[in-house]
Amino acid sequence: MDTFLEQLPIVIHSLNTGFLQTMKLFFVTLLGAVPLGLLISFGTLSEFAPVRVFLNLLIWVVRGTPLMIQLLIIYYFPGLVLKNPVWGGGEAGRFAASAVAFVINYACYFSEIFRGGIISIPLGQDEAGMVLGMTKTQIFFRIKLLQMIKRILPPMSNEILTLVKDTSLARIIALQEVIWAGQAFMKGSQGISGAIWPLFFTAVYYLACNGLLTLLFNRAERKLEYFR
Amino acid sequence: MHILEVEHIGKSFGRTEVLKDICFTLEKSQVLSIIGSSGSGKTTLLRCLNFLERPDHGIIRVAGRTLFDAADEEKQKESEIRKNRLHFGMVFQAFHLFPQYTALENVMLARQLQAKKRADYKSAKKEILTEIRTEAESLLAQMGLSNRMKNYPHQLSGGQCQRVAIARALAMKPDILCFDEPTSALDPELTGEVLKVIRQLAEQRTTMIIVTHEMSFARDVSDQVIFMNDGYVVEHGTPDQVFEHPREDRTKQFLGKF
Repeated sequence: MDTFLEQLPIVIHSLNTGFLQTMKLFFVTLLGAVPLGLLISFGTLSEFAPVRVFLNLLIWVVRGTPLMIQLLIIYYFPGLVLKNPVWGGGEAGRFAASAVAFVINYACYFSEIFRGGIISIPLGQDEAGMVLGMTKTQIFFRIKLLQMIKRILPPMSNEILTLVKDTSLARIIALQEVIWAGQAFMKGSQGISGAIWPLFFTAVYYLACNGLLTLLFNRAERKLEYFR
Repeated sequence: MHILEVEHIGKSFGRTEVLKDICFTLEKSQVLSIIGSSGSGKTTLLRCLNFLERPDHGIIRVAGRTLFDAADEEKQKESEIRKNRLHFGMVFQAFHLFPQYTALENVMLARQLQAKKRADYKSAKKEILTEIRTEAESLLAQMGLSNRMKNYPHQLSGGQCQRVAIARALAMKPDILCFDEPTSALDPELTGEVLKVIRQLAEQRTTMIIVTHEMSFARDVSDQVIFMNDGYVVEHGTPDQVFEHPREDRTKQFLGKF
């Protein structure tokens, strides 16, 4: 196939399929890393020193090493070193390994943002809740959470936009996300080979997705402008 | 019977002894003012009564019931303390209103959460919530804030915020309402409107403990005055005794500055 117009629908279809996998990884990571990150942030604020030390070590290792290496270790370590290939060989196994690596990695980054949000709320808010007879859980969910969300929205939008793009790292263990799909046309796929433009074209997908997310974050920030 | 008995309260932060053997009693419907220079332990004493700090020694009794005994482990449990706290209301120097809630919601929130634990909550939800709302509205009206109920704290002046905070504390129907320098964050004009409200509460025979630097107000409104210095109760008596005929040199020295 020669002409661009003939190649275009084939490439788009393939990139769409890839981007679906990208989005799946994005949402699964978000869904897993937000609650896990919150738990980790509670842990790092715990009065129980062993929990604090362990979690700070974990955060140090996870933030101190490349996500790409973490992906490789999580995917290959069980099979190659432990001789127990928990992930299996197919796309589903690669996705599961990617999701685990991304959730752990992003939970650590999120936890630090959450911790910052929690400690930025004046102690007076806790005390006002306490003298009104509220439990610690009520104080967190009814008083502090929304104030915290308002404060962490800007750093969270940064991190989440980065996550959209970081999903491309799963390419290293051959997850068939959008970059993988674009690259396939260089080596040759569905009768198209030596084409580099599909790879360049993947950028449009990220850009569109992050444009949408930016709008959503702006809207959320505006919604929380009613209080200070 | 005394509404409040405080016996031998002691509290240290690290090696600094902040409260030393504090004893006093308070009668129902009385107003007690606590005066003294910064760092004398006034605020810590108030925070101990509200269990924001745990005393190291001593006993706190309300209406004859022991709420806190430093020697009794049973009384130190979090759930126990949370219940007992409600005998005291607390108004802070910096208001500490909840910024994401309106004035009315600030006053209602704790009552609404409390109501959820009532056995009849499901069957009588509507009536209970209406009652909480009506009470909150009437408290805010009493504070002169009828036209401010729907405002958020950042839309209110300091004096209005403090009056919302007073309504919020009153909504829990405490036996004793505590004020921790309620006007120290306010300019003289706003101070006046808050003091007026407190005076009005005194006339309605609300039992109150007020930590304050407003000497003439303390003299006017109080039945008892405590002068604290360096963690001790130095002087304790009627406003006339403390302000006009102080016995201790330290009291005279302190009052001489006003």
